Amino acid sequence: MGTGRPGSDVRRHRPRTEPDAHYLSSSYYEHWLTAAATLAVEASLVTREELEARAGGPFPLSGPVDAGDVNVPRPHQARFGIGDRVRVRNLHPPGHTRCPGYVRGKVGVVTRLDGEWSLPDVEAHSPERIPEMLYSVRFDASELWGDGQPGVTVNVDLWDFYLEHA
Amino acid sequence: MSDDDHHRPIPPSPIEQRVNALEELLTERGYVPDGFIEDVNRAYENDIGPMNGAKVVARAWVDPEYKARLLQDGTAAIGELGFGGPEGHFMKVVENTPGVHNVVVCTLCSCYPWPVLGLPPKWYKEAPYRARMVREPRVLLAEMGCPLADDVEVRVWDSSAEARYLVLPERPNGTDDLSEEELAGLVTRDSMIGVARL
Repeated sequence: MGTGRPGSDVRRHRPRTEPDAHYLSSSYYEHWLTAAATLAVEASLVTREELEARAGGPFPLSGPVDAGDVNVPRPHQARFGIGDRVRVRNLHPPGHTRCPGYVRGKVGVVTRLDGEWSLPDVEAHSPERIPEMLYSVRFDASELWGDGQPGVTVNVDLWDFYLEHA
Repeated sequence: MSDDDHHRPIPPSPIEQRVNALEELLTERGYVPDGFIEDVNRAYENDIGPMNGAKVVARAWVDPEYKARLLQDGTAAIGELGFGGPEGHFMKVVENTPGVHNVVVCTLCSCYPWPVLGLPPKWYKEAPYRARMVREPRVLLAEMGCPLADDVEVRVWDSSAEARYLVLPERPNGTDDLSEEELAGLVTRDSMIGVARL
């Protein structure tokens, strides 16, 4: 089992650190352009001045992020098994995460163990890689939305760090 | 468009100028191998798309042992047919049955199984689909032309982490006499995302 592709979460994270007005007024692939250019500048492949001179105008980039210290436990055994009821921790990290907001605080059931993968919250902000168990967790729509939708489940893939016993 | 407009060269838009600037600078400095961008474009225009996923589905319909392997280890079984690569490194295949309908979304961005479906359609990347498919999937599926009976369970897969999902649609009735290749011709992109039935 791999631990994620190098830099994938760095790329995913970048579009969401653009200045708000630029992010909201940009097209989907413009976010990718901004992310690619930001990474090229950060890696010293080009400078922003060179990009702007060549483009003949302003070249918006994503801003730096102070994610603080991402406080995660060291690599450990998977804490959950298939059938376990888990609650998604109500974390609000200042930096990158791949824990969708709509499941935070909600209770679901583990349906799959998908092996260890690099925790995105760390990978996006540092050269460090913390492999952790990734689970598929099934949520009933009634738990997520409380509106009595019959026969709907939403299945979300979540890292060990995001979960606690319910 | 008038003839005058037709003959006047269209200046590149600001975003095109920025794309060109980045591509030129990186290429001049040797960071982009010769032909790399052209090869990627050609691959996604000609070789990588939903026709690959359709071959996987058709094989699963005609070969029960392949189907079992596909549901057990999607990455390996899809690899048997020669498909893999970026955004296909960890594939999960979910099976539709008369009582269960699967549908795939990525609420955080636009994660999508490129090797079997190509690049995602525009609507898949836009906020209404990403929000509503988890919030009210039955309503949205009906609006997209895929109404489901109340007793059909809906399983939404939010592919926002590592797994990329492919829906295995049900084989349509009355197709017993078709060849595997003919069956592949029936399989649509939308049926493999789960926003259509066949």
